[in-house]
Amino acid sequence: MIDAIIKLLKTMFGGSTPYKIWLAFLLLVTAVGAYFVYIQIDEGLIATNMRDQVSWGWYIANFTFLVGVAAAAVVLVIPAYIYKYKPIKDIVLIGEIMAVSAVTMCLLFVVLDMGAPEKFWHLIPFIGYFNFPQSILAWDVLVLNVYLALNLFLVFYAIWKMYKQEEYNHKLMWPFILFSIPAAISIHTVTAFIYAGLGARPFWNAAILAPRFIASAFCSGPAFMLIIFQIIRKRTTFEISDKALLKISEIITFAMAFNLFLLGSEIFKEVYSDSQHIAALHYLYTGLHGHDRLVPWIWSAMAFNLTAFGILIIPSLRKNFTTLNIACVLIFAGVYIEKGIGLVFPGFIPSTMGDIYEYFPNTLEIMISLGIWAFGLLIFTILTKIALAVKSGELRCSCTETKSR
Amino acid sequence: MSEKKENKSDITRRKLLAGLAAGTAALALPLRDANASKWEEYFRQHFKRLSKEDLKQILADMSRDLSKEYDKDAKVEATPAMDGVIFAYALDVSRCIGCRKCVHACAKENNLSRNPEVHWIIDLKFKKNVRWLNFEEGERYYNPQLVPEKGHFYLPIQCQQCEKSPCEKVCPVGATWKEPDGIVVVDYNWCIGCRYCMAACPYGARHFNWGKPKIPKDELNPDMHYLGNRPQPKGAVGKCTWCIQRTRKGRYTACVEACPVGSRKFGNVMDSKSEIRYILENMRVFTLKEELGTHPKFFYYFSLGSTIKDLSHD
Repeated sequence: MIDAIIKLLKTMFGGSTPYKIWLAFLLLVTAVGAYFVYIQIDEGLIATNMRDQVSWGWYIANFTFLVGVAAAAVVLVIPAYIYKYKPIKDIVLIGEIMAVSAVTMCLLFVVLDMGAPEKFWHLIPFIGYFNFPQSILAWDVLVLNVYLALNLFLVFYAIWKMYKQEEYNHKLMWPFILFSIPAAISIHTVTAFIYAGLGARPFWNAAILAPRFIASAFCSGPAFMLIIFQIIRKRTTFEISDKALLKISEIITFAMAFNLFLLGSEIFKEVYSDSQHIAALHYLYTGLHGHDRLVPWIWSAMAFNLTAFGILIIPSLRKNFTTLNIACVLIFAGVYIEKGIGLVFPGFIPSTMGDIYEYFPNTLEIMISLGIWAFGLLIFTILTKIALAVKSGELRCSCTETKSR
Repeated sequence: MSEKKENKSDITRRKLLAGLAAGTAALALPLRDANASKWEEYFRQHFKRLSKEDLKQILADMSRDLSKEYDKDAKVEATPAMDGVIFAYALDVSRCIGCRKCVHACAKENNLSRNPEVHWIIDLKFKKNVRWLNFEEGERYYNPQLVPEKGHFYLPIQCQQCEKSPCEKVCPVGATWKEPDGIVVVDYNWCIGCRYCMAACPYGARHFNWGKPKIPKDELNPDMHYLGNRPQPKGAVGKCTWCIQRTRKGRYTACVEACPVGSRKFGNVMDSKSEIRYILENMRVFTLKEELGTHPKFFYYFSLGSTIKDLSHD
């Protein structure tokens, strides 16, 4: 038993020098983030740039983006399990590990955005006062935790079975896999409904918001995965076929086309009807009464997304890994800006009473966010390391009664 | 479920929780000022689930602690709503001069933080005859020395005490709700500070304690209500409660009393002889952002001149 644990720890923290440097780097950034968390808890959220006019900021922006990344695991789950597409089935486990890491980051972002994070127990059903089903935030707490639990189970069950060199129990796994598909869609839909349900915020109060969230999530999440898969392929002995990667790039292409179409529909409706409700959109794209802090950001995001789409729709460029990687980086950055800065901030600018407070995150908010990202990547790295070690047979149960495959 | 039944099961719930969560909580709580009353505060249940005895004890403890902290005879009560009373408010826009006396009277009465400065009433200045009540055209940071300015009118905004309040609906922990007399209150101890209510409020009426509220010792208003003007914890959302500590004892709100021109009217709409009832029945009143269906109980009206044209001739 102790031997097994030592072996596990060796797998987690041992490895090549670049791997160790990467781990040390992530730990360092996490530690710096933790220091800023201490300052924030001590002083209160006044240490951030958020104020009454813009009461949600960078944390909720990151949360929203990462829910999309988490939901995108379904892009692998559907072809792997429903269509039994072999090349993707080989890598679906990594997608589930990504979901686990992303949801963990989501939960950290939400908790650190709370004014009184220590009172989290008020949210626990029965013990606390869980305002379900009225509050969409209560729904979100529920679906995020269910989704996390599902993916944790799927990941650990798969790793455990490989470790024991036993066959999957398909009858046991099947309901969980099936359920993880609507669960993935639900986390991003419910997150969109948090915003879309507010009559007070015309910028968010649109039926198109949930479909837009899903479309952009199916761009950014898989784009991230494509890059990670190539790194894994290069750095380890684990084999990932070109076929799998090209299938994912096709999915991104469709999702991006749909995403741009929905964005265009929304912009048309606002610009053509030109009601008072257009103020936030003006602030975002053109600036309002001389306030234009977000304008360069949103136009960069737009340029990133359009360029990436241009690359993706040309088959020769999509199938070329250099140009494909450029497209993936552009999409990740583009959607990060669009879903983060471009969605959350303008919902509050101008405020409901017409105030313009040009919010932008300060150093503390950025450091805490980086800390959470580093922590999430740490989870992802270590879990992936274990999974690959088990898969390659490096880490195996040494029990004598091992069943042969 | 009856009130009593719910309270009973909650006592066991609280005990169970205390046992279960003590370990986890130790990590989250600042240990340096952990003492018995901090623990009681941490595990205190939702206001509506407190038994009569528990509430009595909490109010006594709180009064004692605040008296000690502020060095005066402080009293925190939890006066319930009166039977047959539903409050409503009306503001005569044509008389308001934008002096912001109400804003400061409110801060004093309600023990709002002086540093960082928190106000529960905002006042917007509009040009007459420009675009009617487009809030974007309103100016919040006008110079109070110059009021009333020619060609302008003023619109003070505080919690509209909506009948269908979006803030109540969205709160994930039910920390804000509408009382039987129509006042929307917050249990500051139960609020987790997620600020979803602030995103949901169409009137910018909910204000967060971004830092630890600070009130000078000699300026504390010692007559307090648990759901009203007691000093709030850092990281909780606060809001106008129509001075629940006063109005439930038959007094006017501080803003009504402070208004030098009598533009603020308050009363019980269930009383057919009340002034507020007269205004609602006889003046052309309107509410803000009617299209959102929040049904505010805060009305605005013009006693002098009722058309925009009248207003544009000073």
